[in-house]
Amino acid sequence: MKKLISGMLAATMALSLAACGGTETSSAATGSDGSSSAATSEGGTTAEGTGTPIHLGGIGPLTGDNAAYGIAVNNGAELAVNEINAAAGTEVFALDFQDDESDSEKAVNAFNTLLDGGMQVLVGPVTSNPSISVAAECASENIFMLTPSASSVDVVTAGEGTAFQMCFTDPNQGLTAADYIADNSLGTAIGIIYDSSDAYSTGIYTAFAKEAGERGLNIVQTSSFTSDNNTDLSTQVQQCQQAGADLVFLPIYYQQASQVLIAANNIGYTPTFFGCDGMDGILGIDGFDTSLADGLMLLCPFSAYGEDDTTKTFVSAYEAAYGETPNQFAADAYDCVYAIYQCVQDGTITPDMSAQDMCDALKSAFTSMSFSGTTGENQTWAADGTISKEPKVYQVQDGAYALVGSEE
Amino acid sequence: MPLSRLKHMKKTTRSNLITFAIVIVFYLVVQILSGAGVTSRSFEGQLVPICAYVMLAISLNLTVGFLGELSLGHAGFMSVGAFSGVLLWTVLGDSVPVYVALPLAFIVGGVVAGIFGVIVGVPVLRLSGDYLAIVTLAFGEIIKNIINACYLGIDENGLHFSMTDATSLGMEPDGKMLINGAMGITGIQKASTFTIGIVLVLITLIVILNMINSRTGRAVMAIRDNEIAAQSVGINLTRYKLTAFVMSAVFAGFAGVLYGLNYSSLVASRFDYNTSIQILVFVVLGGIGSIRGSIIAAALLTVLPEVLRGLQDYRMLIYAIVLIVVMIFNQSPQIVAWRKRIVARFTGKKDEKKGVA
Repeated sequence: MKKLISGMLAATMALSLAACGGTETSSAATGSDGSSSAATSEGGTTAEGTGTPIHLGGIGPLTGDNAAYGIAVNNGAELAVNEINAAAGTEVFALDFQDDESDSEKAVNAFNTLLDGGMQVLVGPVTSNPSISVAAECASENIFMLTPSASSVDVVTAGEGTAFQMCFTDPNQGLTAADYIADNSLGTAIGIIYDSSDAYSTGIYTAFAKEAGERGLNIVQTSSFTSDNNTDLSTQVQQCQQAGADLVFLPIYYQQASQVLIAANNIGYTPTFFGCDGMDGILGIDGFDTSLADGLMLLCPFSAYGEDDTTKTFVSAYEAAYGETPNQFAADAYDCVYAIYQCVQDGTITPDMSAQDMCDALKSAFTSMSFSGTTGENQTWAADGTISKEPKVYQVQDGAYALVGSEE
Repeated sequence: MPLSRLKHMKKTTRSNLITFAIVIVFYLVVQILSGAGVTSRSFEGQLVPICAYVMLAISLNLTVGFLGELSLGHAGFMSVGAFSGVLLWTVLGDSVPVYVALPLAFIVGGVVAGIFGVIVGVPVLRLSGDYLAIVTLAFGEIIKNIINACYLGIDENGLHFSMTDATSLGMEPDGKMLINGAMGITGIQKASTFTIGIVLVLITLIVILNMINSRTGRAVMAIRDNEIAAQSVGINLTRYKLTAFVMSAVFAGFAGVLYGLNYSSLVASRFDYNTSIQILVFVVLGGIGSIRGSIIAAALLTVLPEVLRGLQDYRMLIYAIVLIVVMIFNQSPQIVAWRKRIVARFTGKKDEKKGVA
């Protein structure tokens, strides 16, 4: 028996060693691939000819309830890193993505692990609450943090100038959505269904309700649910129907939004549905009848059906690599890596810099530069880390997004 | 003289001293290693959570191991303790010196958790077995949902409170949100350190070990072993059950404050059913009724998932396998018998050698 246990322990250790070795060899392999192609290609004109990569760290939920978002971010960042390394012909970036299960404790642990591993710039975390805790750590360690999708204002507040966002803040989305609805007179009686247990959803809802009050929008029904009872939302839909809402605002994620659309279809309720960037991805849900989403409007910086070259290249590469249409999480992460790459290209940061020097350089670069990517043209950052870009409103038509307007 | 005293000491006292020694030695070793710069950031970052989980495991062991009641709502007490303590810390932190505000935060966290312990304990301790487990489980979920719906803000007009949403608070624009519903408390000034954690663990140990070896503790264990017999000799069941239950809640509250002050954001959804079960796993794995076991199990099982981080997604699987293997190793009758045989063989051999010499 003892032999059995010691055997198992040995196997465990061997496995863990093998796993560590596995990641090392794979990164070494890409490195050697990179250098061999560098010899043949004419690329590598920029400052990164040294061959030592800049270590990017990523944090996000790869397991647990929010795994869908973390996996999308991981894929988007990985795709960008692979593209950049292949195009430069040398290893510009090395990405290490750690799981946080969308929990502050795990996220801070992941952050510490990444620092132990020599991380220089952090892309992440994905969800808001872990991001607030990690942003505070980044502020005290002076590590540059660029989160693709943590949209709470508290993230940049906790980061004290070291944390930057690639997405809109929640209040900004709520405010813009209310303005757009008011400006275009989309609804006379507005119903809202939101997730009161989710920071993203309540953040948008609070700002929306405030702005709606100021713009004279008539909110007739506010219904909420929590993460514990988010599988059947027919009650909330019925409440909106009974209140006579002709526009239902859904500041929620696409999984729950699909439940709302199904429930509305079941009772023959056809108001205009209006969502925010969390709605992106609704057309990619397995087994969801996308015709139900016809007419759905969403305020989102990214459309996988966009016609510009950047988006087309990204979408086709993503589909080839991961077999699904990318959502805004993946696009934001992809943009994060390219935004940092822009600073590599103009020589702001070099691999031999310490993480702290890199943080100072990136902070001043980000507040002065303009970045164009899959989630918008000419995006700029304020000194507090919030982004400013053009919000776009799309409408779902025949299983694709059609641009219907933009709101300044 | 001290050595001879150690020899003639009561068995429980010696065992307790060993427990204290383990904690102190762990503290010293970690301090020396981190002073020498040997420890990784990852490990140092886990020290405060380890202390918090150790306290939680010890306090839950009081309910599960010594009172003999299954509680599945321990994270609920941790949650109310964390929120009340951290709330006080964010309000007082700037205006009151740290050495006043910090102990006050811990005391308030413990007291509030204790009050909730009484509120839950009085009706619930009339139940036992499965019923108690279900009610405490519900308590934990209720606490989580109530705090998730809590909005508390402060401005020059004073405190504003609402259970619907942030806008209904009607705050002045320069007001500050203290608890923001599902977003919880944010912008917490981190205050927990490993030293504070170890001091709290030692306080927990002193109080709980003394209580177990006192008249109260014996009464509590008598109730566990046979309620009717205990009642027949005049033990006040409600009083002793409640004492143990509330004490367990108070220390969960302390642990909650320690945990909450270690991160800059605090959300109620962290203290859900899974956390309660996690603490129960520490207790069961360390051995129900063994304080030292709880400490070791809590520390190891907190570190284990981080050590296994290199395994990526396989770590969940390995973690589960480790749990099963340890559980079998500790509890399976055949293996317990086998372990006894092994121990007997070794000690037997030693005796033989002594005889030859």
